[in-house]
Amino acid sequence: MLLSVCLMGLFDFYLFIFHIVSQRNKDIANVQIYMYTPRLYLQTMVQEQILSWYYGVWTLRGSSGNIQIFSIHSFYSTFLLLKMAVHGPFVKIHPVVLASIADSYERRNEGASRVIGTLLGTIDKHSVEVTNCFSVPHNESEDEVAVDMEFAKNMYELHKKVSPSEVIIGWYATGYDITEHSVLIHEYYSREAQNPIHLTVDTALQSNRMNIRAYASAQMGVPGKTVGVMFTPLTVKYVYYDTERIGVDLLQRTRASPTRTNGLTSDLAQVASAAGRIQEMLNTVLSYIEDVLSGKVMADNSVGRFLMDLVNKVPKISVEDFESMLNSNINDLLMVTYLANLTQAQIALNEKLVVL
Amino acid sequence: ALYQQKSSVSASKRMSSVVLVVLKIIKHYQEEGQGSEVVQGVLLGLVVDDRLEITNCFPFPQHTEDDADFDEVQYQMEMMRSLRHVNIDHLHVGWYQSTYYGSFVSRALLDSQFSYQHAIEESVVLIYDPLKTAQGSLCLKAYRLTPKLMEICKEKDFSPEGLKKANIGYEHMFEEVPIVIKNSHLMNVLMWELEEKSTMADKHELLSLSSSNHLEKSLQLLMDRVDEMSQEIVKYNSYCRNLSKQQQQKHQYLQRRQQENAQRQSRGEPPLPEEDISKMFKPPPPPPRMDTLLIAGQINNYCQNVKEFTSQNLGKLFMAQALQHPSS
Repeated sequence: MLLSVCLMGLFDFYLFIFHIVSQRNKDIANVQIYMYTPRLYLQTMVQEQILSWYYGVWTLRGSSGNIQIFSIHSFYSTFLLLKMAVHGPFVKIHPVVLASIADSYERRNEGASRVIGTLLGTIDKHSVEVTNCFSVPHNESEDEVAVDMEFAKNMYELHKKVSPSEVIIGWYATGYDITEHSVLIHEYYSREAQNPIHLTVDTALQSNRMNIRAYASAQMGVPGKTVGVMFTPLTVKYVYYDTERIGVDLLQRTRASPTRTNGLTSDLAQVASAAGRIQEMLNTVLSYIEDVLSGKVMADNSVGRFLMDLVNKVPKISVEDFESMLNSNINDLLMVTYLANLTQAQIALNEKLVVL
Repeated sequence: ALYQQKSSVSASKRMSSVVLVVLKIIKHYQEEGQGSEVVQGVLLGLVVDDRLEITNCFPFPQHTEDDADFDEVQYQMEMMRSLRHVNIDHLHVGWYQSTYYGSFVSRALLDSQFSYQHAIEESVVLIYDPLKTAQGSLCLKAYRLTPKLMEICKEKDFSPEGLKKANIGYEHMFEEVPIVIKNSHLMNVLMWELEEKSTMADKHELLSLSSSNHLEKSLQLLMDRVDEMSQEIVKYNSYCRNLSKQQQQKHQYLQRRQQENAQRQSRGEPPLPEEDISKMFKPPPPPPRMDTLLIAGQINNYCQNVKEFTSQNLGKLFMAQALQHPSS
């Protein structure tokens, strides 16, 4: 027996479908939450999803024959008035953005307790990707807040010249809480973007961590009377391009050095350090294996399977074949080195001859 | 206006760059620079003691044909003015460029760098090699023109005699400035956060064994350059030959003249007037040597890159061998 809870409001509503499907060994495997906007999706996607869900049910019944249900939680039992489309729960952030925010926080004016700025990025159907940002000067006091909108517009135009695909998708602020001023600023940004994301970065390290959170806003209240704004948290994920990740890896290494500096290593040293890292990992694995063998730690089958994969990954090549492959490769490389040296000698000679 | 010219001639010995700059450059190339086009941008920072610190940067838009009336200078001015409002160092200390397999030694680069360095003595050009970075480790190098080359560019004297005078070789064109990456404490905290939150597994591109593709491309570029170089050499040789032939002709003509004059004198006739020899035998124009120098420098660069690459690969191959023969 499977239970699903559908909660439907009357006018502009959310449709929530929770279903929990368990696997054979009694883990709660999938908790899937679907949030749909009514107008766009009701006719098409929701129907589709319900159908597939049912279909999933039947197939599971067919294969395992035994479905257990454990618990169903229901969130959001309040009615929400929502006029705009809601992004899916993911906000993807590139490390550039965070570095920018931290940097602008360090450079803030005297007396300013926090810094705000615009977030640029791209939106696709289920998630928002934040790829760039710039800070905007603003003044905040007890009663009022002033944001230099002219500046924000200007900067956005300039940025658009470089990357025309980036649009304003929200704004950021350093600091832990969301204040009333934030609401005002958020309102300004909702004029610029469809459903702005609000990102907070806790640079003051209030809870001994730098909390990075993202929020989307939703209006709440009773229609006709005063309407308030609720900030709903979104999940934050970090995405990297490949080259970005390699850059970040290098930058991570600066943490270790005492003067917070790090030089860029060169050729063979890099290979050596990569080999060193792998050696460390192998050591960890080896010590785990020894623990298991001596009975200190319980053997875990999944880890065992991974180890099997690992050992099998070293290809079994016959000795002669491998020797020949290795030698031919080495010969190629040596030849190229010789060629390069020869060319360099040639140019140097040419240089000298001309000067004669 | 806010920058004070340093009285000492010695340029900065070291350079430090900040996390932010590195990330921004990487991102700029990734998003806008696919293909073999170069992406460029401006570096901002300041000079501290004998070190050049780069603290921020912003990219230049691509040069496309449809906005030919795009004003680069205006964009730059606007950007820097805006950045000043948010307390970012607005001192122009150089520029960055991405490169394709290390081919950046070109006339355009020389000109740009010269104009930068002429205005601001400390400026550097930061070369970012995305393909090499994708192979495993960040490849970022900083170059500056040597003072000798600066002088030559100022004089604009690129003839062989001029270069001979300055005694400049292709090795003395650019000097590399060592880069150091510095972090503030806040950045360090950020790094720790990222490490915890991000779930990316550690991919080891650095240890991959496939090398032929990269080698092929590099060698191809090298061959092209060597071809160009040989053309230049041929040009120079023909010039030398022409020059010497002309000298010979001049010599012969003078001799004949003298002989005739001697004959005429012996016969009692007035000697023929000395004609302006230089007008008759105009020396051929010497070919500019700057291009040759640049090509030589580029070839040198390619060779260096290839050697680095092969040494890395040799190391990896030996490691693979060790894996296969654990007993040996």
